[in-house]
Amino acid sequence: MRIAHEIVERNEKPEDVYIVAIPNGGVPLGRRLVENLEEVAGQRIPMGILDTTLYRDDVHTTGERPLLRVTEMPSSVDGRAVILVEDVVNTGRTIRAAMDALMDFGRPRSVQVVALVDRGHRELPIKIDYVGKNIPTRPEEKVHLRGEDGDLEGLLEVVVEAAGEGA
Amino acid sequence: MTRLLIRGGRVLDPAVDMDQLADVLLEDGVIRAVETGIEVRGAEVLDAAGCWVAPGFIDLHTHLREPGQEYKEDIASGGRAAVAGGFSAVACMANTDPVNDDPSVTDFILDRARQDSPARVHPVAAATKGLKGVVMTEMSALRDVGAVAFSDDGKTIMDTGVMRNVLEYSRLVNVPVIVHAEDRTLVGDGVVNEGPVSTRLGLPGNPAAAEDIHVARDLTLARLTGARLHVAHVSSAGAVLLIRRAREDGIQVTAEVTPHHLTLTDEATLGYDTNTKMAPPLRSRADVEACRAALAEGVIDAIATDHAPHAVHEKEVEFNEAPPGILGLETAFPVVLDLVRLGELEPLELMRRMSTAGARILGVSGGCLAVGQPGDVVVLDPEGRWTYDPAKGYSKSRNSPWAGQELTGRVIATVVGGNTVYHSDRGVLVG
Amino acid sequence: MIGRDLLGIEDLERSDIERILETAERMQEIGERQVKKVPTLRGRTIVNLFFEPSTRTRASFEIAGKRLSADVVNFSPGASSLSKAESILDTALTLDAMDPDVVIVRHKVAGVPKRLADSLRAPVVNAGDGAHEHPTQALLDMLTVKQEKGRIDGLTVTIIGDIAHSRVARSNIYGFSKMGAEVRVVGPPPMLPADVESLGVKAYISLREALEGADVVMALRIQLERVQGALFPSIREYAATFGLDRAKLRYAKDDAIVMHPGPVNRGVELSHDLADHRPSVILDQVRNGVALRMAVLYLIAGLAPGEESAP
Repeated sequence: MRIAHEIVERNEKPEDVYIVAIPNGGVPLGRRLVENLEEVAGQRIPMGILDTTLYRDDVHTTGERPLLRVTEMPSSVDGRAVILVEDVVNTGRTIRAAMDALMDFGRPRSVQVVALVDRGHRELPIKIDYVGKNIPTRPEEKVHLRGEDGDLEGLLEVVVEAAGEGA
Repeated sequence: MTRLLIRGGRVLDPAVDMDQLADVLLEDGVIRAVETGIEVRGAEVLDAAGCWVAPGFIDLHTHLREPGQEYKEDIASGGRAAVAGGFSAVACMANTDPVNDDPSVTDFILDRARQDSPARVHPVAAATKGLKGVVMTEMSALRDVGAVAFSDDGKTIMDTGVMRNVLEYSRLVNVPVIVHAEDRTLVGDGVVNEGPVSTRLGLPGNPAAAEDIHVARDLTLARLTGARLHVAHVSSAGAVLLIRRAREDGIQVTAEVTPHHLTLTDEATLGYDTNTKMAPPLRSRADVEACRAALAEGVIDAIATDHAPHAVHEKEVEFNEAPPGILGLETAFPVVLDLVRLGELEPLELMRRMSTAGARILGVSGGCLAVGQPGDVVVLDPEGRWTYDPAKGYSKSRNSPWAGQELTGRVIATVVGGNTVYHSDRGVLVG
Repeated sequence: MIGRDLLGIEDLERSDIERILETAERMQEIGERQVKKVPTLRGRTIVNLFFEPSTRTRASFEIAGKRLSADVVNFSPGASSLSKAESILDTALTLDAMDPDVVIVRHKVAGVPKRLADSLRAPVVNAGDGAHEHPTQALLDMLTVKQEKGRIDGLTVTIIGDIAHSRVARSNIYGFSKMGAEVRVVGPPPMLPADVESLGVKAYISLREALEGADVVMALRIQLERVQGALFPSIREYAATFGLDRAKLRYAKDDAIVMHPGPVNRGVELSHDLADHRPSVILDQVRNGVALRMAVLYLIAGLAPGEESAP
């Protein structure tokens, strides 16, 4: 709810906002954000889903090809304030891929980024505009989010997994 | 006086049904004695303990490619490959360039063989001029210079009237007419056995019926003419059935089968390896079993290699463009030894089909270890294991489906006319 | 598992086919964008090696490669191999020296892609070899059916025509069977290959019986030059006996769809009206071909020897 408020504060025309969620983790968050924004701004904001796999910079460095996920962009991005939604941001490479993908769909007026968790090991000059939690981790650790219901910032449980445990 | 004593082997002489441990003494090119405990001074001794000692193999069906296609093989290289495979004699087919349809060509081959080949060479002359299936060759003249049989081989004589006349006329010279029995109009574009395999491969099929029909035709003509018919490379169950019946009816027919048709099925073709392309094609499991049974039973008399060298660049093409045929001389023994291992054939019977039968069909010397006979002997280690690498073989070509495989059964020595011309330790020793 | 090369549907597992179809469905969205291009294969080289002319399949692969940002090179050495006996070996070595990331091969003789795959370092995709296989065609056909019918499992698919000389038929027989459909083939007896039922299909010579209860009816292209090969007496007789029109289609299920790998000989395999209108889905097949080939290229391009693209 806090993030929804911040978005409304920063964007004077909520009708120009376009939520674009990055699967898989960003999709439930994006849905929640749309609901929260409806409460805060009194408007239904459109949401798209944008798979970044085909824009990844590591897609052909290994043998195994990642599964592709759904892309659904129901509205045009031209002139919109696009808000990319991702669950965990770490190196920034996925956000870079998402921005490239976005540009293939048109010319947004601005691009902002929402991340529920920022682990902070940035490898590219990517800035997060709206952060749920900063969670310091070691690069080799993994972060999982549990639960989907309730408030965006509050009810998702963050689990840090030490290196070498599970996948 | 040169003497060679082959000591302590298991002597297998199908000509006299001998299968016992004995020594074999060769003197001045002929067999002098076959008995136990021969003591003789001044003889070169070849230790054959644990080995089989048999009459040198005789191949009814070899393509030596000389004259004309020396890039594939020539009489010297083919002769070396022969003795490396245990063959003391080979019959060479007439599809050279020029075709062996004239006494001068037969003469040339025999001349070249005397100079270059460690194995004896028996030319098979063409049955018709230029293998064209129209005008008969001068069988009498060819016979007089040394042709041992007549055949158009792969250029099957399609005109039944011409075939009848060839068979009729061959009675004059009393040598066999060898037929590659396939109805070419039914073969069409076929390059693999017609059946589930051709359907999976999507390659044009060659039905076994094409072979059956021509075997039936030629057996019928043999009955009509009373000529001696020899059916080359039998590969189908249908052909086996027809030949069995013909023999029961007293028709003068003999037959051969190749090592590959005894041991490989059309499934070997599934990887599109052109070294599994032959004519007739590799056939079904049922056909292979019928051929093996017929060989054991004696309905098929002999094993013949159909040694058909082709250059690498000729085989490395699309499957249907590749010429049919594979090398056979250097791998024949270990490949057919499979039949002994599986208990389908006694060692003595295998030697009969590799040697004695060929001598009898062609009417040539050899195939026998009787005293006074030419000293053509092979010494074999049935347990010897080795890996076949065609690049290191004696043939000029490399087209073999057994390349790179470990084989069991090894030629230790080949003796022709009393001279050791091949020894596994030293390779080919002459020429 | 999806290996390095795509030589035939016979080599694939059901899970491989599902993975390819699912990937292709994701690729379809790219074709609806304004900028129909993603950077995935940027810097990769795809060689279209077509020994046999085929503008349609070649164009489909070329568009697929370009939509993935690959550099696509067309190489057509010509069909005549008699004139150059060493064509396969030479071509393989020449290509290998140019370090392509995937080589797409079409040849009139069965087995050539397999032989090339044996000697090339790059992955090989079979774009049709003789009467053997045409795997991407079968995959796009399966994609089309899946999207039309919502499933493949449990459907009845009838393939009509020259089964003996058709790579499309073989690939579809393997594919639809693996996906759980019942496959039937029907055509003049000389056009049914030897022991065709060993492929797991039911063979018919009556079109009516073969169509009974069919959900999908696939007509194959007749090579008109085979008339001279006397596999059937005349085009008129073929059209009357095995050509599909709305009257004959009534034998199939009411909601049956009609497919054809193209190009259609109108009035021979399909009536003019069926070639253009529902229930025929021929243009969907063509459209799906691009997405399907994008999926294949995505999964295979650049794989090193021994690598697999999906577990």
